[in-house]
Amino acid sequence: MSRAVRFAPLALLLVLIAGLVWRLATPPSSDVSSKLAGKPLPAFALPAMLPGKLGLTSRDFTSGRPRLINVFASWCVPCIEEAAVLQQLKARGVGIDGIAIRDRPEDVAVFLARNGDPYERIGSDRQSDVQIALGSSGVPESFIIDGRGVIRYQHIGAIKAGDVPMILGKLEQAR
Amino acid sequence: MRRLALVVALFLAQPLLADSNLPPAYWSNRQLPDPAQEAKAQALMAELRCLVCQGQSIADSDAELAGDMRDLVRRRIAAGEPPAAIRAWLVQRYGSWISYRPTSELAAWPLWLAPLALLIVGAFLIRRRIRLKARR
Repeated sequence: MSRAVRFAPLALLLVLIAGLVWRLATPPSSDVSSKLAGKPLPAFALPAMLPGKLGLTSRDFTSGRPRLINVFASWCVPCIEEAAVLQQLKARGVGIDGIAIRDRPEDVAVFLARNGDPYERIGSDRQSDVQIALGSSGVPESFIIDGRGVIRYQHIGAIKAGDVPMILGKLEQAR
Repeated sequence: MRRLALVVALFLAQPLLADSNLPPAYWSNRQLPDPAQEAKAQALMAELRCLVCQGQSIADSDAELAGDMRDLVRRRIAAGEPPAAIRAWLVQRYGSWISYRPTSELAAWPLWLAPLALLIVGAFLIRRRIRLKARR
């Protein structure tokens, strides 16, 4: 047996170890992006979460102006930080609607009283049905919908203060 | 001491914050009355990946979203939808990532070809071994 062949298993092992160390050092992102970007918003109709605030249906997104859907929950910790940023976006004239996942009206009311209310409408998604239909895999997530009801961008995780110019840019592009 | 206990208790309570206050969806932990339909649902759920505890199937996961997905699968099966259609509906949203069943797409080819390649390498090695022995 030649020397090269004899050392082949060792070389293979080293390659394997190098691969494992590389993936441990730089783990791949576990974000699951929705495949619906660029496609029309799936049809849905969610009942109102709060008295005095409308529920949310897919027909609300054909007004001609791009809007932001924010998938959130009162029990979601990063959503607290995001609420302030959504307020900033609202102040810049962005129309924001909420989809509250597995939530109760009293909890949402407390959450909004404490963290501010950037939402024009809030739909109640008690069994994550619409969340799954959107291809969303957690809270918070946001979707930019253009004026014709097409999903243009998905933001996974909280929108941070530093993301505001990017989000405004995406909304401008969706115009 | 009491303060320390409080801090420890707060840390232990943290995972609870990641869950909602609503009870699990109706069909998430309940079998369908029709055994044939339940068997179909079980087979499909074992092949759908949980979005939260990635690496588990939704049949194995305790995550709330997995429960909601089991509810969705059972509801659709009960309504007469074929499992392949439910899987396709989910793949449309999350990509083939969501399904554990290997597909025939290009990225999955090494998976199908690997056993064949290993078999050929094995046959080659055996042939060589036999020849070497015969020569002695």
